Amino acid sequence: MPDEPLIRVENLRVSLADMTQKPLIGRAPRLEILKGLSFDIPRGAVVGIVGGSGSGKSTLGRTLIRLLEPTGGTIRFDGRDITHLDEAALRPMRRRMQMIFQDPMSSLNPRRRVAGIIAGPLRLHGLDRVSARVDEALDHVGLPRAFRNRYPHELSGGQRQRIGIARAIAMAPEFILADEIVSGLDVSSQAQVLNLLERLVKDLGLTLAFISHDLSVIRRLCTRVMVLQQGEIVENAATADVFDHPQAAYTRELLDAIPLPDPDQANWA
Amino acid sequence: MPRSIPGCVMLDGRAAIRRRLGLRLWLSGGWLALVLLAALLAPWISPQDPLAQDLMSGRLPPFWVPQTEPGFWLGTDSLGRDVLSRIIWGARVALIVAFVAGTLTATIGSALGLIAGYFRGWADRLISRLVDIWMAFPPVLFAILLIAVLGPGLMSIIIAIVVIDWTRFARVIRAEAMNQGAMDYVASAQVAGMPRGRIMLAEILPNVLPTIVALLSLEMGISVIVEAILSFVNLSISTDQPTWGGMIAEGRISVHQAWWVLVFPLIALFLTVLSFSQFGEGLKDRFDPVLR
Repeated sequence: MPDEPLIRVENLRVSLADMTQKPLIGRAPRLEILKGLSFDIPRGAVVGIVGGSGSGKSTLGRTLIRLLEPTGGTIRFDGRDITHLDEAALRPMRRRMQMIFQDPMSSLNPRRRVAGIIAGPLRLHGLDRVSARVDEALDHVGLPRAFRNRYPHELSGGQRQRIGIARAIAMAPEFILADEIVSGLDVSSQAQVLNLLERLVKDLGLTLAFISHDLSVIRRLCTRVMVLQQGEIVENAATADVFDHPQAAYTRELLDAIPLPDPDQANWA
Repeated sequence: MPRSIPGCVMLDGRAAIRRRLGLRLWLSGGWLALVLLAALLAPWISPQDPLAQDLMSGRLPPFWVPQTEPGFWLGTDSLGRDVLSRIIWGARVALIVAFVAGTLTATIGSALGLIAGYFRGWADRLISRLVDIWMAFPPVLFAILLIAVLGPGLMSIIIAIVVIDWTRFARVIRAEAMNQGAMDYVASAQVAGMPRGRIMLAEILPNVLPTIVALLSLEMGISVIVEAILSFVNLSISTDQPTWGGMIAEGRISVHQAWWVLVFPLIALFLTVLSFSQFGEGLKDRFDPVLR
């Protein structure tokens, strides 16, 4: 079915126990993080997920990739319901969805060399030509093959994030979740990583969900934008529409917060 | 195997620090190697029979005192047994206890700590409560009680140390595993589809290993001390086997007439325990790639 979206989410709910409010005896009250989200991610789309801190965007990401268990609703990946699959049943699906993490230091095991970090998931899934695939992944992200033998602490922040990207694309996944992947980098590394991501999406035909609090980054990279506010979708449309005709008040607030490059434009007081 | 990063000037400053750490490693490692050799070669290198009594040559002073007899380098005790030979033979018991009890304690305690810290949930609750209850017992009393039940002997000492000290590893490694478990590289292994048990062993364990090694060498030192304490209160091995603790207990009685009977085994004990803890710290600094 070519019309089937890669990911279809219906009425997704996630709640966590609020241990700060736990009474001495009895259960802690549940804290609603995601309050019934429904959306599609079409194949080949680059969907930006924006929202302020505490809006639930990272929780949404981790639930999509099934690091968290939803409390309600369904997640379909390529038509298959993965909402409550256990780890063993998920394993074959894992190859098809990957994640790039926010903090490139903590997302790379400090005791493994770069080659081991990239090759680990490949070996786990029994792929062939592991070494060649590692080299290809390094080529893709623009790092020299000699980096295979380095430890993560011997790399700069931008280089580490490229290793994180290489690990994700080496699996040749269909879907990649990128969670705030440039927020920890300086501006020039940010630009490089974004250029790289843009090229990879085009070259590899990836479907990408890009979580960020930075609308200017989203505007550049994404075809669609989803705005989250306190666990609810307040806007979900094509990027141009969201930026030119924002429907929700919260979206307008976020847009107004973007620093403008042109002092003659509106909002410059 | 030092790796250099081209264009990284900071490394020069670190290299200087590492040389000083190297000295610590060498000194402590050297003493431990000496004790190990003494223990292994005891039958061949000890100058006298450690058990041979000779009341006529009792309380002979060490070699530098003029009116002593040659052949008894560190003097003799009140029964005329050679102090140096007894120290050399005593190293055997000390090291066996250190290695066997230390390794067993580290393995059991770390395994429980890893499980509690990584899997959390009911396993954590069970293990943590057990640790809390365990630590409410006074340790030395617990050991004496255990040995009273098991009967004195090398095996009993080792069992007593393991039973008392596993909580030290369990607590520290649990905290470390919790820290590591919250890191994104663990989430990343999960995204890759790695089974949880394998994540614990292949991802988390290597990252807590430096802590385990440092604690292990500390534990070896503690084991030597515990053995000495139990010998001191006469709950260790039978008196025909020389132990450092037993020598200290015997030397205490005649300390005013023959101080050397007490002091030399005490020095051996002190240096060995110190070396174990320093060796562990040195190893940790040296083999942790993150600290380099």
